[in-house]
Amino acid sequence: MAAVTDSYTVTAGGRLRARLARSEAARGLALVSPTFLYALLLLLAPILVIVAFSFWTQDYLDIDRTATLANYREAWTDPLYRILMFRSLGVSALVTLITVLLAYPMAYYLSFHLGQRKALWLFLITIPFWTSYLLRVFAWKIILGYNGAINASLMELGLIAQPMEFLLYNVNSVVITLAHAWAPFAILPIFVSLEKIDRSLLEAATDLGDGPIRRFLRITLPLSLPGVVAAALIVFIPTVGDYVTPRLVGGKDGLMIANMVQFGKANNWPLGAALAVSTMVVVTAASLMFVVLAKQLTARFR
Amino acid sequence: MAKIRPLGIYAFLYLAFLYVPVLFLPIFSFNDSAIVAFPLKGITTQWYANLWSDDAMQGALWNSLKVAVASSLVATVLGICGARALTRYRFPGKAGIAALIMLPLVLPEIIIAISLLVVLLQLGFSLSLFSVTLGHILMSVPFSIAVLSSSFEGFDRSLEEASLDLGEGPAATFFRVTLPIVAPGILSSLLITFTISLDEFIVAFFLSGTEPTLPIYIWSQLRFTAKLPNVLALGSLLLLASFLLLSVAEVMRRRAVRRAGAGTSGGFL
Repeated sequence: MAAVTDSYTVTAGGRLRARLARSEAARGLALVSPTFLYALLLLLAPILVIVAFSFWTQDYLDIDRTATLANYREAWTDPLYRILMFRSLGVSALVTLITVLLAYPMAYYLSFHLGQRKALWLFLITIPFWTSYLLRVFAWKIILGYNGAINASLMELGLIAQPMEFLLYNVNSVVITLAHAWAPFAILPIFVSLEKIDRSLLEAATDLGDGPIRRFLRITLPLSLPGVVAAALIVFIPTVGDYVTPRLVGGKDGLMIANMVQFGKANNWPLGAALAVSTMVVVTAASLMFVVLAKQLTARFR
Repeated sequence: MAKIRPLGIYAFLYLAFLYVPVLFLPIFSFNDSAIVAFPLKGITTQWYANLWSDDAMQGALWNSLKVAVASSLVATVLGICGARALTRYRFPGKAGIAALIMLPLVLPEIIIAISLLVVLLQLGFSLSLFSVTLGHILMSVPFSIAVLSSSFEGFDRSLEEASLDLGEGPAATFFRVTLPIVAPGILSSLLITFTISLDEFIVAFFLSGTEPTLPIYIWSQLRFTAKLPNVLALGSLLLLASFLLLSVAEVMRRRAVRRAGAGTSGGFL
């Protein structure tokens, strides 16, 4: 660091700064490189390998590296995979809708009614979700289960004679569990977008004679739409590929596409890879469509 | 005040709903019955006592701690590099690099798990706690960067420059100026990444060989109805540990933001 010795002169600060700016790009790149390389080697490279695998075939244990679309043909024509893919998309869309609808009033309350206690509430909302996902899903399993808390309690009280079977091992239980698990991921982006709204706009609307509902529909809601869109994507993308919830509470009718990506029995990695890649492509396409739709909707609001 | 009441009630109910499963495990972990149902049958600490004599559980706990310590340390070091570079420097390709590093936040965990699994097996690595650690580091780095960014963002560059101007070397500047300001953020990152690793299931499920971590042990016990109360007790302890670690992490993160924020005015302007 020769710059340090230079800096005794009066203009030192300025020269140091100029020197820093010149080497800024190099220093920034050097500093980010360990983290970047790690992600490159353990995230991007493996994903590319998976993509490559999806075009190969497997004969028992040997991998045949001739490029083929056979895996995709199977992944897209086999009714089982098609059902699971559509179910995954449907369940995730439903979960997203429910979660965002439930989260909006909460985020609104946080942003507009809490004042000093905002930080505490945010902390209270987020903290359960840092705890083990597996345990939370498991908790829903014993709440909703055949011999679970709801059924056993109702039977104990004599309100029902037999356990209600519709509670667990179907799509409903998957939706409930996921809508619960992803709640804060929907609340936080909406909250942030509500926080950004200039409160004087609301005063202006009131001064100009808008009632609370009209004011909400014309100002608050349109301005918070980016947060709603972000919330929807943050919930939708990971839930399509969720593995634990369908396995634990989904039963046969609640299985989703992620449960098929791993091929324990057939151990057919290329087919699993094709399913994984297909899922990523479908999710990305669905998300992009949603963003485009949301943009048009927002444009109409203005 | 009367006008906001319905929304307030809704918010309280929603918050209660969010806490149902988290409170459920501890309540029933003290229930003196192997059947999970209200009304409670009586209070017992038997299920907790059972854990003491469970060697398989203790082995899994030990595995989890090893993985969590290693992955939180490495993830935080990588997080420091990443957060510092992304908040302080401008360089070509920054947006793309940031997107790749933060990608695990939105990528389904199963994709991370499967792709790492395939590559490691193809390269001839055998699955072990080491491969789990590699996966956990990857998943933890974005969280570390998110936590650290908030303490680096408000960081007043002129404090470091002042130290350099006053004749301190880069090393002394780092230890006497930079580190004390960002230390709470680093501690917060360590605690959060530690907790993530401790609780993580999917990646560990696919990448651990014969050595289970705690969540995998819990998963393996879920099949046995008779073991359910023990799992409840173990789960409650794990929840408690997460709560404590995260509360400390949050206090530290706020302190970090306050320290960095105190000098924001001036520096950049």
